[in-house]
Amino acid sequence: MAALELLLQSNSVWRGAAPARFSATVSTGYAALDRELPGAGWPTGALTEILGSQEGIGELQLALPALARLSAAGERVVWLAPPHLPYAPALAAAGVDLARLAVVRAPGRRDALWAAEQVLRAGPCRALLAWFRHARYEELRRLAVAAEASRACVLLFRPLEASSEPSPACLRLALEARGGELSVRIVKRRGQPAAAPLALTVPRPVHALGRPAFPRTAPGRAREPGRLGLPVHA
Amino acid sequence: MQGSLRYLGGLEGFLARLRSGLAELGCEASVAAAPTPRAALWLARGRGEALEDLPLGVASGDPLLKSLGLRTIGELLALPRDGLAKRCGQRLLDDLDRALGVLPEPRQFFLPPASFDATLELPGAVENAEGVLFAGRRLLTQLSGLLTARQAGVRRIVFRLLQHKKQTDIEIHFSSATRDTQRFTRLLQEKLSSVSLRQPVEAIRLEAADFAPLHERSAGLFGDARADDEDWAQLLERLQARLGAGTIHGLATQPDHRPEYAWRRVEPGEWDPREFRQPGPRPIWLFDPPRKITNQDFHLLVGPERIECGWWDGDEAKRDYFIARADEGLIQGSFVWIFREHDGWFMHGIFA
Repeated sequence: MAALELLLQSNSVWRGAAPARFSATVSTGYAALDRELPGAGWPTGALTEILGSQEGIGELQLALPALARLSAAGERVVWLAPPHLPYAPALAAAGVDLARLAVVRAPGRRDALWAAEQVLRAGPCRALLAWFRHARYEELRRLAVAAEASRACVLLFRPLEASSEPSPACLRLALEARGGELSVRIVKRRGQPAAAPLALTVPRPVHALGRPAFPRTAPGRAREPGRLGLPVHA
Repeated sequence: MQGSLRYLGGLEGFLARLRSGLAELGCEASVAAAPTPRAALWLARGRGEALEDLPLGVASGDPLLKSLGLRTIGELLALPRDGLAKRCGQRLLDDLDRALGVLPEPRQFFLPPASFDATLELPGAVENAEGVLFAGRRLLTQLSGLLTARQAGVRRIVFRLLQHKKQTDIEIHFSSATRDTQRFTRLLQEKLSSVSLRQPVEAIRLEAADFAPLHERSAGLFGDARADDEDWAQLLERLQARLGAGTIHGLATQPDHRPEYAWRRVEPGEWDPREFRQPGPRPIWLFDPPRKITNQDFHLLVGPERIECGWWDGDEAKRDYFIARADEGLIQGSFVWIFREHDGWFMHGIFA
């Protein structure tokens, strides 16, 4: 037994069951997801693809805790080519420091890819969220190379259909809504593929129990009788 | 200059650098060195080695001297002084004395001008951006040199392309005062890539004013946050140059109950978190303008949140907001933020 322990500790044996370890990651803020990710968080210096079946299922809520923590620590965050207006009060309520944020709108797809590469090459940005409907493998490969030289956490939001295309991203998550929860299926990760999809509880404007969420303090307005004062989820 | 000769690499080294710098600017120059300024000026004009061998023309254009049969300054110096003063004036005598170092000649330090405006004729009409950039680099180097001499930087330069019948102006803004030639060139390159030259360019003109003092920054010992800020500002500047004005912005909240006014676009970085008061539940994506709901069914879950304000600026809102879930369509199952105003229903955002 002792000999076996020594052998395993010597790092010359690859164990199939353990997810590979990586240097720097940013915790996602969801313990159940962290457990399944190599390095227990969003990878840095590499691409992550978040493939959502539709908008409004909690895909951004998945990224927000990490964003809030990074921005509160003074790190810079860039939102590139978002499909709609990022709503400042909602982001601020989620704990994101808006002063660390920059929103970049690109006139075309190629401009967006160029901008992403520039942001990754520049250095000071620590998180890049980008939305690409279509992206060819070579284009993503270029971004992956640019990401390698940076310390940034890169989250690319793409439609679920893209999960059947090959991608150089080192982590790919497919998201779908299941009841009141978010179903996260790990399509690709370093190490071994995940078995079953995770069911994550991300903050939703309505509690899973069906009870409404209301603000704790509503300045200038009387609280409506009959409603419980519950913490805000946005 | 005598005192700094060793620092400058000796006279030869200094002259070599001077010549190469002038060549970079595209100027032709004749360079001379002498113990007095006036002697140096005459030597440069006459392209000679010794003062005595210089032709008379560098010192004076007086035809009398020529008619006397004099050719060189050496011969002029051999003449008796009073006679020379009487015939040609004391001034010529004084100039000779200054050249020889007998009379002092204090000169004022050259003060570089406070603005830059230079035009460069292009050798042939240029039709592509690279050619313009190549020529433009020369003007940018000149500007950078002037700014270095004045220990200053600029935040805005105007680059004009002079074509046959028209003129194209390119305005370049910098996030911080700079005199870095590389930064000038990089942004000019980005701007030129988005300009289509319908007519060939015959000349280029660079203008810059409003110099701001900018001192050399000694590099920090440990990798500094200021360098990071500088890199960030330059990144945003570079993105904006290529993507266009208004494509980069930051976000800030505003104390207004009307959701579309509760935020605004700002320069990245301008937000004071102390001004923020958490409202009710708000969606991450906002639709601007709100989308009218015509034939979709929603399941109302939370609400109403009545928002009624704005009577003072003409954009009054009297709305009942609900959090709802779409029953069908592309966003079936997603949480959306809808409101009812008068009798219309609108979708204002989606909770992502």
